[in-house]
Amino acid sequence: MGALGQLFHAIPFDLIVIQTVNGIVTGMILALIASGLTLIFGIMDVVNFAHGELFMLGAYIGFVVFVTTGSFWLALIGASMIVALLGAAIQIVALRPLIGRDPLNTILATFGISLVLQNYALWQFGPVVRKIPEPISSEFTLFYLQYPWYRILVTALSAAIIGGFWLYLKYGKLGVWIRATAQDRVMAEAMGIPVAWVYTGVFAIGAAMAAASGVLFAPMVGVSHTMGLDWVLKAFIVVVVGGMGNLAGSIAAAIFISLLEAYAAIWLNPSQAVIVSFVVLILTLLFRPTGLFVATPR
Amino acid sequence: MTTAPLDKAIPLSKQRLSHNAVFWIGFCAVMALLIAAPLFLPEFWRRFLTEVLIWGLLAMSSDLLIGYTGMISFGHSAFFGLGMYGAAGALLLVSPPNLWLAILAGLAGAAGAALFVAFFSTRLRDIYFAITTLIFSQIFYVIIFTWTAVTGGENGLIFDRPHLTIPFLYNGRFTSTTLHWFVLAVVAGSYLMLRRITQSPFGMVLQSIRENEPRTRAVGYAVERYKMMSVMLSGLFAGLAGVLYAIQNEFAAPDFVYFLTSGDTVIYNVLGGIGTLVGPILGAGFFQLARQLLAQFFGDQFPYLIPLGLVFIAMIIFLPQGILGFARRWLNR
Repeated sequence: MGALGQLFHAIPFDLIVIQTVNGIVTGMILALIASGLTLIFGIMDVVNFAHGELFMLGAYIGFVVFVTTGSFWLALIGASMIVALLGAAIQIVALRPLIGRDPLNTILATFGISLVLQNYALWQFGPVVRKIPEPISSEFTLFYLQYPWYRILVTALSAAIIGGFWLYLKYGKLGVWIRATAQDRVMAEAMGIPVAWVYTGVFAIGAAMAAASGVLFAPMVGVSHTMGLDWVLKAFIVVVVGGMGNLAGSIAAAIFISLLEAYAAIWLNPSQAVIVSFVVLILTLLFRPTGLFVATPR
Repeated sequence: MTTAPLDKAIPLSKQRLSHNAVFWIGFCAVMALLIAAPLFLPEFWRRFLTEVLIWGLLAMSSDLLIGYTGMISFGHSAFFGLGMYGAAGALLLVSPPNLWLAILAGLAGAAGAALFVAFFSTRLRDIYFAITTLIFSQIFYVIIFTWTAVTGGENGLIFDRPHLTIPFLYNGRFTSTTLHWFVLAVVAGSYLMLRRITQSPFGMVLQSIRENEPRTRAVGYAVERYKMMSVMLSGLFAGLAGVLYAIQNEFAAPDFVYFLTSGDTVIYNVLGGIGTLVGPILGAGFFQLARQLLAQFFGDQFPYLIPLGLVFIAMIIFLPQGILGFARRWLNR
């Protein structure tokens, strides 16, 4: 009882509140990356290994646009558009020939793409970390911290992008096509939906979402060529924990895992806090292999 | 079950004998070439060839999973790295350092990692397996990178190369030539063992899992157990490669547990031809040679992975069987 009381006193409540806010902020950004990944998987059956690299490239292009124009919002839109075009090009050149082949081929192909993109970024920009300044610099007081409003804005923006995308899937013309293709590819093709172009569109949208999260995240951590792998790993964990191809599940899992990591960071150093999400993944694989937030069949 | 294949096998037996003869003649010729190579090559290329053999062993171990069981592992760096650190531990803790003890310790380390990975990730198929192996290798990387007291953290561990001891026969320092021969002996032995494994009834079950997992299960094989065995075996051979690399370079570093090593391993496989065992060695040689030549022509800073990555993507689209793909059936007969 005494030990329990001590433990209770050892929990700093102000820290927990701060970490909850931090967890939700990173969780929403992660959700934005993961929803693109899960969308591409759910519809195209492609595990996009290059997703982290699209995120990273988005951040770099955002940096370049920001340096030339000086506007953060232009950088956000510009990076998303350019990476969407790049994603479309990648899909047409490298992934379209692989439709109908063993899914392992697409993993390998996207892995090759990620290698090329990552080394291109290293070659072009060098190993120096670049920084995009925050577009709004006002802060509010959270206990003893001056917490930047920008992070709250990022959370809201990520939610808005995901929400807007969801509405588009539900009511937009391409959205209906996408859902039809996901349900039954052959039937959709018979109904006159250009399935090959739907795939291209899906890949472009996923790439744009990754790029947008890259730009949004850049002011918090800085842009480097290695940021892709860390985040794609996290996004993979989120997608598996949330259930592959399940959009709502990935969003819930992204916030869940980010919160856990944020709490773990109170006691552990941040590089070890990553292990917490690995443990969640292992437990999910053991007990609910189809995802934490969907009923297990059988 | 049916007698038809048996009937067919009888008239083929004559041909099979000659296939065997051709195989062994080819094997001996390549071995002779590789044994003689260090006597002619300058020091730098001698070292290079030894290293290619080690990477080839790593690639071959992963081929058992990719090519024969149909599971892509993106986590072979974990086995390789644990092999390295196991060997390093044995060489640092036991004095005088013993070569065979180092190999045993490295194998034990790799087996531990492989057991862990096999237990958790063989429940999953295809993509899920690939992702979880990648994540597991990152777990090992984080542990090794942050546990500075034991693993030396970012700096890794540095040690002296043990003597080459063959009980009652030989005891002396490794020269770059004897090291090459030692590595060659281990790699060739591993190749013959892996070839035997893939041709055994066990290997046939692995290949049937690759071709059609539900059917293999329906026939009555405990698919999970076979997959676990396959991951374990693959991990052991990868660990052996790690031990050899540690002995060659006299250090163990966390960089080799990082994802890039696993990625390179997958590239070797795809370039050389999966499911051929020798293909991955060839792929490793091609990759390392291309990297070396690019660095010599364009300087060390040249991002060699951009052209190699493009070649890799083109290979997947146009030549998914790899360089040796045309000989796949012949090599596995």
